Amino acid sequence: MPVADVEPLLRLEGVCKSFGGIKAVHTITFDVGAGESVGLVGPNGAGKTTLFNCVCGQLRPEEGDIFFDGLPLAGVPTYKRARLGIGRTYQRVEVFTDMTVRDHLMVAERSRRGEGSLWRDLLNMSKPRPEEMERVDATLELVGISHLADISVNALGLGHCRLVELARALATEPKILLADEPSSGLDLHETAEVAAVLRTVQRERGTAVLLVEHDLSMVAEVVDRAVVMDLGSMLFAGTFDDCMADPAVRDAYLGQMGHA
Amino acid sequence: MEQLLGFALPGVPYGCTYALVAVCLVLTYQATGVFNFAFGAQAFASAFIFTYLTQYHGWSGWEAFLLTVVVLGPVMGYAFDRLIFRHIPNSNSTAKLVCGLALLVGIPSLLPVIFGPQNLDATATIFPFFNPNTVYFTIGSGLYSTPINGIYLATISVTVVVLILLTILLRFTSLGLQMRGAVESRRLVQLDGVNANGVVAVAWIISSFMAALAGVLLASGYGAFNSDEFVTLTVTAIAAAAWAMLRSLPIAAGVAVLIGVVTTVLQGYIPPNSFWNAAVVPSLPFFAIAAALLILPGLRNLDSSRDPLATIDPPPEPIAASTRAPSMDRIIRSLWWVVLAAFCVSMLTWIPVTWETVFNNGLTLSIICLSVTLITGMAGQLSLCQATFAGIGAFTAAVFSVHLGFNFLVGGLIGAAIAAIVAVVLALLSLRLRGLGLALMTLAAALLFDNTAFNTIWVTGGAQGTSIQSKWLGTSAFFDFNGHAMFILSFCVLAVAVVIVLLVRKGTVGRNLAAMRGSETATAGLGVNPTWQRIVVFALSGAIAGVGGVLYSIQQQHVSPVDWNTTFSLVLVVLVVTTSVNTVEGAIQAGIGLFVVEQLLTYLPSRFGGPSLTIVLFAFGALTYAQHPEGVLEYQKRRSTARFERLFFAKEAEAEDRKAQAVSVGASG
Repeated sequence: MPVADVEPLLRLEGVCKSFGGIKAVHTITFDVGAGESVGLVGPNGAGKTTLFNCVCGQLRPEEGDIFFDGLPLAGVPTYKRARLGIGRTYQRVEVFTDMTVRDHLMVAERSRRGEGSLWRDLLNMSKPRPEEMERVDATLELVGISHLADISVNALGLGHCRLVELARALATEPKILLADEPSSGLDLHETAEVAAVLRTVQRERGTAVLLVEHDLSMVAEVVDRAVVMDLGSMLFAGTFDDCMADPAVRDAYLGQMGHA
Repeated sequence: MEQLLGFALPGVPYGCTYALVAVCLVLTYQATGVFNFAFGAQAFASAFIFTYLTQYHGWSGWEAFLLTVVVLGPVMGYAFDRLIFRHIPNSNSTAKLVCGLALLVGIPSLLPVIFGPQNLDATATIFPFFNPNTVYFTIGSGLYSTPINGIYLATISVTVVVLILLTILLRFTSLGLQMRGAVESRRLVQLDGVNANGVVAVAWIISSFMAALAGVLLASGYGAFNSDEFVTLTVTAIAAAAWAMLRSLPIAAGVAVLIGVVTTVLQGYIPPNSFWNAAVVPSLPFFAIAAALLILPGLRNLDSSRDPLATIDPPPEPIAASTRAPSMDRIIRSLWWVVLAAFCVSMLTWIPVTWETVFNNGLTLSIICLSVTLITGMAGQLSLCQATFAGIGAFTAAVFSVHLGFNFLVGGLIGAAIAAIVAVVLALLSLRLRGLGLALMTLAAALLFDNTAFNTIWVTGGAQGTSIQSKWLGTSAFFDFNGHAMFILSFCVLAVAVVIVLLVRKGTVGRNLAAMRGSETATAGLGVNPTWQRIVVFALSGAIAGVGGVLYSIQQQHVSPVDWNTTFSLVLVVLVVTTSVNTVEGAIQAGIGLFVVEQLLTYLPSRFGGPSLTIVLFAFGALTYAQHPEGVLEYQKRRSTARFERLFFAKEAEAEDRKAQAVSVGASG
């Protein structure tokens, strides 16, 4: 889908971030439209996760602007960005130790509306409501982990933890999902499941997806177009097929093998 | 200039002893990842034994020095590594902190248990290096001259020699290189063929030797032989280590000497009887810690594990209680109600006054322990100033009663509110701090209150504190302090506090806090405001501690600064961690357990240490935190329950096990 055809939901304009003397992200500019699926690809160290951290507010860009739904995100803390509709999964799995899968989603369900006042807890008014339980169950069903609902994440393997992360992010009903290497550590079958879930949320819920992934076959399956980064800079933006055919991309991604 | 020099020079030897311990902290942290709070206690132990041997057994200074500094100090360090810290995974920073605190609390209490209660005078000890009474030369002249005696020379020369040798060891030997590698991951350097355990043991031995040396120098040099001096030693060393970002030995040593010098300079210039001299000068190290934590970003995530092999750690043991057979569960729940009813009836009818006092003390302390459950068990943050919050509640009530004629309980409610406000201010100051950083900030806050508000006669009524008059409580006929009324009041307030904690735990705030314990980044990424959650839990914890402090003071019939000093905050953590920091039962068992054990120990001869032995027992319990994060008492309870279950409900228990296994197989499949 061409960029011009969709309403920009997320817009990055000349975003820069460096650590010491290293330019991790350098003047990155691109848009993601509402309901669009974009792949953010590039070799290790390209700055993809740093860019995600800038979008989510975990890092502050030194230059450039990020807009979400037309609003500038500068100075907006992470939790408010999440409430605006930015959901995220993490490259290194971030689950809540000792909590059940259902509780993971309940945290997300409540927090997206900014609920959680102390007085409601003290008046015993914080019990999960039926409609909340229904939404949580529907998300578990969507990701295919209903059978794990009441299990502590301590008992789960990496693959299931990635699915829990994905379900938790979806439970916030984000307008855009930033998925950071969701297939890392998964086998082929699990990767296909994750790809199917991402396609479903994009098509059925209209959630935009910004996908960082090394598994290019999965990227091809999920995204409408791709943005390629290398050493902090943007190398290419366009359709996935054009991207794969681009010599600069092949060089960055495959090195000498690409030329062969 | 001469005046400045005259004030500054006496601070140098103090600074040198601080420098030795600061270097110990940095060395151990760099080589093992452990921030050993107990170095001050180790220094105290060596000084105690050194003084004991020279004073009561006629040992010469050299003999005592060889035993305490050269033998006992290193043996202690080796034992701590071999028996405790080696078994704690690198990633378990809370366990490392808790064990350090347990040693800090336990070691000084163990000494009277071993040697009996002693009244030692450090000034009488015989120093082994130089004659302490001989003035070798004088710097300056006239009023501001500084006589350089044996102690002065010995302290500076020993410190300089030790620091030079240590620098050579770390910079220019392969052992030093291996130590630097071991801090990342013992397991990783072992893969390179390095005997990592041996390297780490050497670091413990060296640092413990230096701590022992600092203790003997401080005690025999300055006649400073009380635990307060060693708390100052520890805290100043921590401040210096913090400014060195726990990395640089020279900076740690330099800052320690600087603090020693600045302290004596300020003491020289500020009028001796002023508030500033009494309160602010001793607080200098605490300001230094707080400033370092606020200014240096590197201190914010000190204890985040850097072990690349941390992921190979086995998963934690499953919790036994989660697979309890339904019949067993019903019996235990029913039994709890029966025990509770029997306890209440007994307290109101036949129980002797001695035990009534014990249980009333325990109930009031349980409320304060509940505040630890909230902040440490639920929020996963180690706060070392819960007794300070309790003290704020108690002293506010006393001030309102003494100066404004308020009812003590009404003043107590205001006190609880002020404690909550102080807790919120502390939470706001430590927003970016986690784990060790937060522990140090709360420790600094506690010590700051000890030296300022709790050291002001207008607030405390002096070192002896203020006696609580029954008229402050309304009707004196009802409040006979140790009687039934006190039990009813304590029991009701404790019940309310328990309900509050339980409601918060199962509510949204509790769920958010549990999530933050797992990953604060991910929790914020879902839309939870972590700052607000921390403020809420700090405020609630401060208020509960404040209320507990008020009731505890009523029960003790006085409000005294000794009751609410920093050491008591540390003891509270050790108590609750031993029973169970995650459950309200744990808090109640900790509160009541302390006084019950203390009372039981009164039936033993005083030779066994009395109250000191109680603290030692709980400290031993806390040392098992890495193996039993649920609390060693809770672990034993669950084990006994499981045994009972196997005996009487074997079939049900097997069915539950099969169910749990099926779930776990389903999850892994």
